[in-house]
Amino acid sequence: MDYTYYPGCSLESAHSSYSDSVKSVFKYLGSNLIELEDWNCCGATAYMSVKETMSFAISARNLALAEKHDRDVVAPCSACFTILSKTNRYLKELPEFHEKVNECLKEGGLTYNLTVKVRHPLEVLINDIGLETIKAKVKHPLDGLKIANYYGCQIVRPEKGFDDRENPMTMDNLFEVLGATNVYYPFKVKCCGGMLMTTYEDVALKLSKEIIASAVENGADCIVTTCPLCQMNLEGYQGLINKKYNTNYNMPILFFTQVLGLAFGLNEKELGIDKNLTESIKFNGSLINR
Amino acid sequence: MKIENIKIPGKLSRTEEDLRQSFLKQLETVPNSEKIKSCIQCGTCTGSCPVSYAMDISPRELIALFRAGDMETLLNSKAIWVCASCYSCQTRCPSLIKVTDIIYALKRLAMEKGIYPPKFPVHSLSETFVSVMNRFGRLHEPLLMVEFLMKTNPTKLFGLMPLSLRMAKRRRIAYIPSRIKDLQGLKKIIKKAELMDAPHVAEEAQYLKGAIGYGAVSKETVLESKK
Repeated sequence: MDYTYYPGCSLESAHSSYSDSVKSVFKYLGSNLIELEDWNCCGATAYMSVKETMSFAISARNLALAEKHDRDVVAPCSACFTILSKTNRYLKELPEFHEKVNECLKEGGLTYNLTVKVRHPLEVLINDIGLETIKAKVKHPLDGLKIANYYGCQIVRPEKGFDDRENPMTMDNLFEVLGATNVYYPFKVKCCGGMLMTTYEDVALKLSKEIIASAVENGADCIVTTCPLCQMNLEGYQGLINKKYNTNYNMPILFFTQVLGLAFGLNEKELGIDKNLTESIKFNGSLINR
Repeated sequence: MKIENIKIPGKLSRTEEDLRQSFLKQLETVPNSEKIKSCIQCGTCTGSCPVSYAMDISPRELIALFRAGDMETLLNSKAIWVCASCYSCQTRCPSLIKVTDIIYALKRLAMEKGIYPPKFPVHSLSETFVSVMNRFGRLHEPLLMVEFLMKTNPTKLFGLMPLSLRMAKRRRIAYIPSRIKDLQGLKKIIKKAELMDAPHVAEEAQYLKGAIGYGAVSKETVLESKK
């Protein structure tokens, strides 16, 4: 099946590893991701706090562009996924607002008729491709790999999404099928601090530290996430956390598609694992060093 | 029920009432935002909030203060800027109040009024984000960080050097910003949207000039009161 791919700004640079792995996994499973032509920034949470109509209008431009094709939009970045879904729902629920936003879009020669579906790759994998098909394609089962599944905030909240808001299970189910062990992990939907890492570092370091500490405590080999910002906070700032709290964490933080790709036998380059900052990851009982 | 018809407990001064009206206007674009009147003060929001320990006013108190009509305290609080927007409060609220979206509305109103707590640069981050995005149509993260830190905390740029170098080594920094083709079209959309957002601003401008109403919480008076 074909999908319209919305990478988002973060997946173009700091998290191209996520983009690499999503594309490789979808290709391996026989699905095409066709990049949305001339997409713009979704606005993320920062834009929301400045101007309301504007934030929805720029987000809706992407939906209007996607509407030209009869395909669902796949957005791997948690923030993009939430913002695009939120825009979609607000425009549906508030007809007056929809009219207003369409007036803005008209200036750019576009209109949006509310027909686009915004989806997350995790949900597409489970619902469109299916666990059975995925299981059949596994080349290296994840036997012995202990995973802390970290969903973060944005794919489970605030929109009524594809999974439970307090105890989501899609990723757990996926990795169970692949042979991995999901450790007990009470921090699976706790906040990592998000953009506070740049504005209020003390608070964000504390939140991120708790997330890593809980994974270590429960014996996880790695934390697996769906969100670029979480990945950055947990991986990039791990050194600062160690410094501040006098700890010695060396926890690999992987995207769920990277782990999935390893099970499919895809190589590190295809999965962008060579771009991760942690030095090694444990896989099939042995360490993969870079 | 329309937002304008919400019963306001207690009698309010002209300033507060105007502030409330402006705030309620901000809320108009949030579906179901009128639920704010059905808060039962149970504190689930505060209990769920991962950053409430660092707030001067808890999320529960934010709603209580709004209902009591004390907008000025709300807009001057540090709490609205501490919110990390994780939506825990909003998903757990038994009265279905859109707590996070309400905090966004408070931030927008505070920014319109030019009220920011000192040394708390959330608004600068938002503004820099918008400025970078408006130039390219996409967000160039390295540029965002550099411009933001130059404005707020240049020494931190050095603190982040080791991380930047490690990221550069792993090919995780794009040096050239990617730019959309139809930037002109996007700019036209933004310009039109700006006009749509403008009515709040125009409405308030007349008050800023006078001694009453919004004048009481304009940037100048806030600065003066801090002297």
